[in-house]
Amino acid sequence: MIEVKNLHKSFGEAHILKGISQTFHQGKTNLIIGQSGSGKSVFLKCLLGLYDYEEGNIEYNGEVFANLSEDKKRDMRAKIGMVFQGSALFDSLTIEENVMFPLRMFTKLSKDEMRDRANIVLKRVNLEDAHKKMPSEASGGMQKRVAIARAIVNNPKYLFCDEPNSGLDPKTAIVIDNLIHEITEEYKITTVINTHDMNSVMEIGDSIMFLKDGLKAWEGTKDDIFRTDNEVVTDFVYSSNLFKKVREAILKENN
Amino acid sequence: MQYLHNIGTYFLMIIEMFRKPTKWSVMKELILKDIDDLIIGSLGIVAFIAFFVGGVVTIQTALNIDSPLIPKELIGFATRQSILLEFAPTFMSIIMAGKVGSFITSSIGTMRVTEQIDALEVMGINSINYLVFPKLIAMAFYPFVISIAMFLGVIGGLMACIYGGYASADDFITGIQQEFEPFHIVYAFIKTFLFAFVLATIPSFHGYYMKGGALEVGEASTTSFVWTSVTIILLNYLATQLLLS
Repeated sequence: MIEVKNLHKSFGEAHILKGISQTFHQGKTNLIIGQSGSGKSVFLKCLLGLYDYEEGNIEYNGEVFANLSEDKKRDMRAKIGMVFQGSALFDSLTIEENVMFPLRMFTKLSKDEMRDRANIVLKRVNLEDAHKKMPSEASGGMQKRVAIARAIVNNPKYLFCDEPNSGLDPKTAIVIDNLIHEITEEYKITTVINTHDMNSVMEIGDSIMFLKDGLKAWEGTKDDIFRTDNEVVTDFVYSSNLFKKVREAILKENN
Repeated sequence: MQYLHNIGTYFLMIIEMFRKPTKWSVMKELILKDIDDLIIGSLGIVAFIAFFVGGVVTIQTALNIDSPLIPKELIGFATRQSILLEFAPTFMSIIMAGKVGSFITSSIGTMRVTEQIDALEVMGINSINYLVFPKLIAMAFYPFVISIAMFLGVIGGLMACIYGGYASADDFITGIQQEFEPFHIVYAFIKTFLFAFVLATIPSFHGYYMKGGALEVGEASTTSFVWTSVTIILLNYLATQLLLS
């Protein structure tokens, strides 16, 4: 579980995060949604310890990350998996070596054991035949799956995903969404996803936080989002006619 | 003000490079890869340039000696001094700022743009140590490259001298041996080590701290080449003043 309490972050004069509090639960896919510039990426980078913040606390299972010693921070980071927007695979390593990378850095496994573990995880993301390819030879969807495999190979307790569906076709995007959702439940991970994709919200949003102008404007689940009267949320989520019609149909059906 | 900030950041990067070292089994492979990319990969171009520039230095010297009173050995002597003292350590380093420096800046810059450096940081890896330290260690083998440049430069001069008919091989070799100061070799290698440090760290700095996208990677490579060259020229002046005057 990750608990964020009254988080404030500024860049010079610009006050980006204005006191956000939120709890991200274990075994759930926790989504952060909001318009561009609402502070989602800054919030995620604060969670990851890539940005310092001025006020507030981030607790990983009761431990305040900022107060940890450098060694403990490093141990904590070994428990974190991250899927970047652009996958961020290491160009000079093969897909298999990319997946083995966290194991090489943080474990004392032999090369064969690492390879076995990497191949199990690659199989889990349906990439068992791609392990000798270079990242440049893989499609966008494959790269995302490799990034997920790399993020989960060391059995992380926390998984962060920044726009995991960006640049993917709708079918591949759903495959990636479902994969993250299944892995979260299977490994009991606390997953936090930063997304713009409304399909993801409807498919896997166990818990959703809506950010607007650096403040939490709404929170709920994928079921709540159909019923909410919060104008800020409905303006954003139902900005397309298709989603408006879907919502109307669902509400009609429920009534 | 920005210059001061950059200089400060550069020195902080150097300090950070020695903190939180990467696992030795991983670091060993990174060093070997960088030796291959930066040192072995440069040998071909260094050999080619050194050989032909050595030849040109000899031809230019020979053509500018008009007086019959000046002994022919001077051609070998002048070639040796030019190549050992300046051409091999200094001007070869400026060429390497273009080859090795641009490679370092663009490879680290691309890692920055594609969030690979963020990925390392999220994993708790000291990305500066992971990326820059192996390059610094690899560049410790740079004097080997310069030794080859010195040798081939002189050989190129000898060939040009013989086949151009400017002097006999005996005259040239006598010139090479004339008034030889072993300290000149020490001076050349002190400079080479200084330049190796500059070649590994300044391009890394420009790649690591770049912001933006693909276009900015190109700009960072150009800026890196300019500043690496300027630093080499200034250090060359200081080292010469301190060690030879």
